[in-house]
Amino acid sequence: MRKKVERLLITFPTTADAIRMERECEKRAIRGRLIPVPREISAGCGMCWCTDPEERERILEFLEMLGLRKEALYQCMV
Amino acid sequence: MIYLDHAATTAQKPKEVAEAMVEALQSAGNAGRGVNQASLQAARIIYDTRERLGELFHAESPMQIAFTANVTESLNLAIKGLLEKGDHVITTVMEHNSVLRPLYEMEKEGVELTFLPCDEKGRLCMENIEVSIRPQTKALICTHASNLTGNVNDLSKIGAICKKHGVLFVVDAAQTAGIFPIDVKKMGIDVLCFTGHKSLFGPQGTGGIYVREGLSIRPLKSGGSGVESFRKEHPLTMPTALEAGTMNTPGIAGLGAGAAFVQNIGIDAIREQEEKLWRYFYQNIREIEGIRFLGDPEAEVHAPIVTFNFMDYDSAQISDELWESYGIATRAGAHCAPLMHRAFGTKEQGAVRFSFSCFNTMEEVEQAVKAVREVCCL
Repeated sequence: MRKKVERLLITFPTTADAIRMERECEKRAIRGRLIPVPREISAGCGMCWCTDPEERERILEFLEMLGLRKEALYQCMV
Repeated sequence: MIYLDHAATTAQKPKEVAEAMVEALQSAGNAGRGVNQASLQAARIIYDTRERLGELFHAESPMQIAFTANVTESLNLAIKGLLEKGDHVITTVMEHNSVLRPLYEMEKEGVELTFLPCDEKGRLCMENIEVSIRPQTKALICTHASNLTGNVNDLSKIGAICKKHGVLFVVDAAQTAGIFPIDVKKMGIDVLCFTGHKSLFGPQGTGGIYVREGLSIRPLKSGGSGVESFRKEHPLTMPTALEAGTMNTPGIAGLGAGAAFVQNIGIDAIREQEEKLWRYFYQNIREIEGIRFLGDPEAEVHAPIVTFNFMDYDSAQISDELWESYGIATRAGAHCAPLMHRAFGTKEQGAVRFSFSCFNTMEEVEQAVKAVREVCCL
């Protein structure tokens, strides 16, 4: 198995919100990608945005500015 | 064939629609079911179309647009998901059966209905709206344009009345989405029901519903959503709340390409092109002796539809002769608008409907004029 590293994960209420996040990050050249939600966060299915923890402030800022819906932010080993 | 039945479905589509559908069929997975490239591509196709439609209708957010199979499903969702026993609803005699039949079902469940009448040209009697509102009035449901006559309702005026009285405004935009500008916020629309396969140039089997932020509609379906798998209830968040099960990704890809075509050409440019065609048609057949138009094609604002009868001839006979002798595709019969036909006294005769799109040419319209003049000749 690959080695785990610390990442910032953002979960969303719907798939559409997750894709909207991806599209908005693309526009701002924020690195990251959508990944399956790890079990530490949720036992359900779904996708979350996975990025560098250092992007936290920048992401929080534009989420707020655009009124994007999110469920929660997590910092964990992925 | 000269296809003049675009109000039924736009049989001629921009080539990008088929291309987008083929690409989706060959590469898209199932949106929200997995986070692999194929699944993500499907989710992106669906999101991009959602965003485009949100822009087109000026929705607060793309999340307020949910996809359905057609406008009939959207209207069923709105009518059955908003109304309850004891509610009163105002609607019009201009409506299609996709509004009327769900309403009649709700009437059996204890919902009371009021039908706003029309004048002799099929124009809505606006003065009857306010006097019809009661304390129990939950919603006003009306079409943007009659599929039979092409008469257009003034949504801004109706929306303002609804807002003043706290009545939900539900609009059937089957004949207008893609032809007339629709701004849900400015027009005070709470729920907008639209189809994909008419003037948005998408494929059949696509449609959608806009639901104002803060308004909740009981879904008709529940099931797989790709999120919150261990919940017993279907998620309540829009758009997932109204989108149970696998989405029609190839269809939505086509709808997205159709909506992009509309945005690129421009709604106003499309409408002006269509108007040039249908007004020419109308102006060149209106003097035919014995012709009777249903609706008000002289109106300044009118959908690209011209409907008429010739004397007491069966509309089916005229439509069939136009097809058989001239290769012109029109629609005859009752057009699923029973109350409108009753108002015009054309229950038995039906009517011949010509409906136009920006893909028609002036040469086609000239041939149609010639054909009508020959068929409607004593």
